[in-house]
Amino acid sequence: MPRKTYVAAIQEALAEEMRRDQRVFLIGEDVRIGVFPSTRGLHAEFGDKRVIDTPISELAVAGAGIGAAVTGLRPIVDLMFGTFLYLAFDQIANQAGAMRYMYGGQTNVPLVFMVQNGAGSSAGHHHSQAVHQFFMNMPQIKVILPSTPYDGKGLLKSAIRDDNPVLFLHSLSLGGKRGEVPAEEYAIPIGFADVKREGRDVTICAAGPTVYTALDAAKKLAAQGVDAEVIDLRSLSPWDKQTILKSVAKTGRFVAVDESFPSCSAASEWAATVAEEAFHQLRAPVQRVTNKNVPMPFSPVLEKAVLPSEADVIAAVHNTLA
Amino acid sequence: MHHQDISVDLALDIYTRVLRIRRFEEEVGRLFRQGQLPGFVHLYIGEEAVAAGVCAALTDEDTIISTHRGHGHVIAKGGDIKRMMAELFGKATGYCKGKGGSMHIADFDIGMLGAIGIVGGGLPIAVGAGLSAWYSDRERVSVCFFGDGAANEGSFHESLNLASTLALPVIFVCENNQYGEFTPATNAMNITDIADRAAGYGIRGVVADGADAFEMYRVAKAAVERARRGGGPTLIEAKTHRRGSHAEGEEAFLAGQTYRDEAETAAAQAKDPLRLLHSYVSENGILPAEQLEALDSEITQSVAEAAEAARNSPDPEIESLFDDLWL
Ligand SMILES: Cc1ncc(C[n+]2csc(CCOP(=O)(O)OP(=O)(O)O)c2C)c(N)n1
Ligand SMILES: [Mg+2]
Repeated sequence: MPRKTYVAAIQEALAEEMRRDQRVFLIGEDVRIGVFPSTRGLHAEFGDKRVIDTPISELAVAGAGIGAAVTGLRPIVDLMFGTFLYLAFDQIANQAGAMRYMYGGQTNVPLVFMVQNGAGSSAGHHHSQAVHQFFMNMPQIKVILPSTPYDGKGLLKSAIRDDNPVLFLHSLSLGGKRGEVPAEEYAIPIGFADVKREGRDVTICAAGPTVYTALDAAKKLAAQGVDAEVIDLRSLSPWDKQTILKSVAKTGRFVAVDESFPSCSAASEWAATVAEEAFHQLRAPVQRVTNKNVPMPFSPVLEKAVLPSEADVIAAVHNTLA
Repeated sequence: MHHQDISVDLALDIYTRVLRIRRFEEEVGRLFRQGQLPGFVHLYIGEEAVAAGVCAALTDEDTIISTHRGHGHVIAKGGDIKRMMAELFGKATGYCKGKGGSMHIADFDIGMLGAIGIVGGGLPIAVGAGLSAWYSDRERVSVCFFGDGAANEGSFHESLNLASTLALPVIFVCENNQYGEFTPATNAMNITDIADRAAGYGIRGVVADGADAFEMYRVAKAAVERARRGGGPTLIEAKTHRRGSHAEGEEAFLAGQTYRDEAETAAAQAKDPLRLLHSYVSENGILPAEQLEALDSEITQSVAEAAEAARNSPDPEIESLFDDLWL
């Protein structure tokens, strides 16, 4: 199987879906030149109408995507950084995130919002936040946070084909990561986790860059004789409860690793669900490993200290073994 | 040409601000290329006359608010380049103790209410600073720097209208460098002068030559006096030019693509604000040549020292992570 980078895989998904369906188009700030390499080169192939550069007007661009979606098109709205979604919050939360339901099923919003999610490049608070947890709180928005090139491509293709609004979160810090991506056509259905490492002793659940934190921790734990299972959730909303519960039934221990604030994080949701539905299989209290509860500092030293670390994960696993 | 209304002291003051910004930014560019700075930096080279001219028309009481391209604003308002440099390095001795970085430098003691990495994020806050001036004594004015790109954010519309309806002492300074990242302003709006938008809010709009620090000073001074008298906000559009990249290292984003017309860039660069001022102060005998050179070396030296000190400063202690969260 050919090996590709994470950004190349995302770019491929965009190009393939735009070739497949004339209704699919890309709109956002500097998507032609490609502030992020994933949209680079698309303008050369698809031209002005399908790759649209906009003024810096997130609210209008997000809303225009919704308007186009409810009138027959399938927009991909690229808003660059997760934090820029805040400027479009009304259109996402009040409109895209409720329209079909609010209007009694008369319409649907086949739309993808695409942004980079999370920290790791010391860009300061305004460019370094993970935002997935806000959107997990919206019943009518799907949220995807892939960690590998294979998952990124397959899930983005499903997102574009989905008839509902989907928030597709990619990670700059994973951009250069390489992995196998089949040459032939494939898509990964939204809502299914992937067991990235099998183990018997403890279930570690993560998504996006934290999957690698969890895998690194699992390697160290293995050396200590602890066999950790690492589940990559991939889709955060809807999310794959069954795979987690099945794993916890086997291990009896659960650690949720999530790059977001501790309260109302993705980890909170996973941990609460495990506590609620697998209580009698648990041999220890569930654990959450999240960001420290502060705005994202600029200093690389502090930024690192805020993010969930391998050591944090190992400590949490030890808590479940104590 | 001699400017009657610009005193010797004022000319020298403005020249010094422009020169200090230029030398600071040149050093930041070098440090970034050498991989010494974390994150990313947006330099103000070519646009210095805007901040220098405007801030020369302000008192220490007056406030400014800035953007992702904010180093020049801090320096023009009288900021300390040592603490700035340390902040760019993410060190404990920086303005924000390493928690802010290039896009978030603030100095509340000198009325610098902060740089903001969110495009258009400063406009509403500047309205609030104007509101508080109006609420208390009406003497203070609030200045907001923002780019041509920011003028297309919703916050621009809401802020200008709010400031207008309450007749607040706010001066909106749009630095129109003709680009938002890689998108030309001409592709992002169908007007030539952003100042024309002022009419839609019933406020004054002025176009000024952003390469001419004295003109910037004059239009700012008029707007400041008007605002202090209760005459409400002004929108000043400074036509300017960024000489370098949108962000340092933009070649990586461009991957061989180009977005600026070379002839246009050359024409704009022929009008360098620093060179214009340098000719003026030399030709009008404001400072003899050797003293001008001494001033330049002194500033260059202080910038180098700031960088050296920043490099040798400690990183923030991990224990400081939870400092400054709550009062
Ligand atoms: C809300 C928001 N959208 C997009 C960006 C990404 N971005 C950073 S600078 C910039 C261009 C800003 O252009 P302009 O306002 O003209 O300022 P300039 O960089 O030219 O000084 C963009 C789009 C951002 N920081 N914030
Ligand atoms: Mg601009």
